[in-house]
Amino acid sequence: MSTVATVPEGTVNPYALSHLDSLESEAVHIFREVAGEFERPVILFSGGKDSILMLHLALKAFAPAAVPFTLLHVDTGHNFPEVLAYRDRTVEKYGLRLHVASVQEYIDAGKLRERPDGTRNPLQTVPLTEAIQQHRFDAVFGGGRRDEEKARAKERVFSLRDEFSQWDPRRQRPELWQLYNGRHAAGEHVRVFPISNWTELDVWQYIERESIELPEIYFAHEREVFNRDGMWLTAGGWGGPKEHERTETRLVRYRTVGDMSCTGAVDSDATTLDSVITEIAASRLTERGATRADDKMSEAAMEDRKREGYF
Amino acid sequence: MSTTTEQLSATTLLRFATAGSVDDGKSTLVGRLLHDSKSVLTDQLEAVAHASRNRGQETPDLALLTDGLRAEREQGITIDVAYRYFATTRRRFILADTPGHVQYTRNMVTGASTAELAVVLVDARNGVVEQTRRHAAVAALLRVPHVVLAVNKMDLVEYAEPVFAAIAEEFTAYAASLGVPEITAIPISALAGDNVVEPSANMDWYGGPTVLEHLETVPVSHDLTACHARFPVQYVIRPQTAEHPDYRGYAGQIAAGVFRVGESVTVLPSGRTSTIAGIDALGESVDIAWAPQSVTIRLADDIDVSRGDLLAPADDAPAVTKDVEATVCHVADQPLSVGQRVLLKHTTRTVKAIVQDIPSRLTLDDLSQHPAPGRLVANDIGRVVVRTAEPLALDAYADSRRTGSFLLIDPADGTTLSAGMAGASFAAVALPGAGEDPANDDAEWDF
Repeated sequence: MSTVATVPEGTVNPYALSHLDSLESEAVHIFREVAGEFERPVILFSGGKDSILMLHLALKAFAPAAVPFTLLHVDTGHNFPEVLAYRDRTVEKYGLRLHVASVQEYIDAGKLRERPDGTRNPLQTVPLTEAIQQHRFDAVFGGGRRDEEKARAKERVFSLRDEFSQWDPRRQRPELWQLYNGRHAAGEHVRVFPISNWTELDVWQYIERESIELPEIYFAHEREVFNRDGMWLTAGGWGGPKEHERTETRLVRYRTVGDMSCTGAVDSDATTLDSVITEIAASRLTERGATRADDKMSEAAMEDRKREGYF
Repeated sequence: MSTTTEQLSATTLLRFATAGSVDDGKSTLVGRLLHDSKSVLTDQLEAVAHASRNRGQETPDLALLTDGLRAEREQGITIDVAYRYFATTRRRFILADTPGHVQYTRNMVTGASTAELAVVLVDARNGVVEQTRRHAAVAALLRVPHVVLAVNKMDLVEYAEPVFAAIAEEFTAYAASLGVPEITAIPISALAGDNVVEPSANMDWYGGPTVLEHLETVPVSHDLTACHARFPVQYVIRPQTAEHPDYRGYAGQIAAGVFRVGESVTVLPSGRTSTIAGIDALGESVDIAWAPQSVTIRLADDIDVSRGDLLAPADDAPAVTKDVEATVCHVADQPLSVGQRVLLKHTTRTVKAIVQDIPSRLTLDDLSQHPAPGRLVANDIGRVVVRTAEPLALDAYADSRRTGSFLLIDPADGTTLSAGMAGASFAAVALPGAGEDPANDDAEWDF
């Protein structure tokens, strides 16, 4: 099928792009800018849908050549096994290079201390920033979207970080036209967010359009879960359930993929991409509001973590 | 594919920016657009209600929805541009929500640089004020294709048609004289919801669209066949694999116009010519591609082409120059001075440059012009003359926002100093009503 034929019927101008084509073109442009301007870029890859989308866009951007970036995964030690399997399959399939920064190794070495609440998501910051320094990455792609959270709505596409990976929202460079400024001093790096302008629904529609494979946990399945603070968490060796928490089998799926200790499942019978899209279009809860405990810690939880170097 | 999915897919994208000072009701308008298009979800409203209660406020403060930073919430002001997303069945929207406080110019320039449409809010009780003229001037300077004048707080002037008509007429005449191509005036009450999403029962004298209806139907793509085709090369794709031993493709996003296979193109600044042998649109081979598609172009001849070069039709290539005359908006806290060495980023090309002259500075408050200011400081708009170390294939900004725009960057610390727009300024046009002496118009506005 030629691109000309994908122009939606009924539009007045035959050159109008669909919103997905516009977003795709913009993201590809950003990937190519980074490839053209930086020495050592890396894609943060967790096996979640946003990083899977990023990898897919990067594959298209440089086809038929290989993606000129390595991947970096910050493994909390509490990741879903299905997601890790997906990660390794994908790396193998495309002949990519994967670096893993392990929170568990940091804890075992005494460089990080387990939090009393058992949540490891905030602990990712140190292994992430040290991996960036150690490998001298100068551009770090993240799958952050501005629709996710109000602090992320303030994030630039190119976001300069100092040698400590800190984000200073009051000293961001204005971002004008599509002219991204990636200048940085030695030791500094730039966080790059090619899918800033995508919404959760855009991501799912694009995944459907492009027939992108996802880890199974995004689709409804029966799972052993227990309720903590209003969220359905997966029972497992990471520290749940506690004595008073009761496990039950429910039909659920995940809207986001993160640390098992703070990522909740939602009740759902959506087993196909089409039914997932219908479900999300009708949902009255945001993705993070529905399933992420770490954002609920305080009104500025995300901003505070981002300032410290979180992606 | 279900009906829902089909409907959701058959939409285009509109990027727009809002401009207005705090008291004009911008937050209320943005809040209503988000709320009435069901883009504010339950957990976000709950979070706002919770935070508002913690502050001792009885009703939820909707500004907390959009003020995302700790400092913004503490001070109750919006510091920085934020981008928001909402959708209807007809279109998806990216809204650049620009703050209305004192640093308006660089913030509005930032928001307007990617916008296809700007909404300028006016308080019906005050009419066109200095701030309104400033917003119109920035929209004109940035060549935002569509401008909406939203005359807000109509409920406070008893929904009186003459009040609206007088403001609309004054603004339209002023903006048209600045060269704003299309102006739509809409009487609204963001607070009461008149003509924002729902047509107003209080203004049956108004027969035009609501704000949302206009946003949904305004054309987002232009007649590309009339544009000069431009393709800045971002990256050279050379797989060098057994499967693709000889593949050499020039990757980039088409900045303007249309490119076709078989077309003769010139590579700038070298001036070599070749023919388009093929176009790969992200994995599929096509015969034709247009802005703003990201594609890969293959040429028939093996000539020297690299990042920073520009492909253009052989019979419609821009001139190359080392002398750039432009209007710039200065966006950094550190000044820009005559004699300063800078970097100039134009499309995919970054070159060394020197600021040779700053002939004039514009005061947006009254559109007065000050000759030879010597330097520009934050939020200043001025004319500059820049000499570059290497030739650039630069269009006039009036012809192409993409290939007529550039950044000036501080080589020492990488700071983005200025947003540049090449060629004659909008203000080269005579401004009736702004310049008092018509005889002096040319001298007055040719900055």
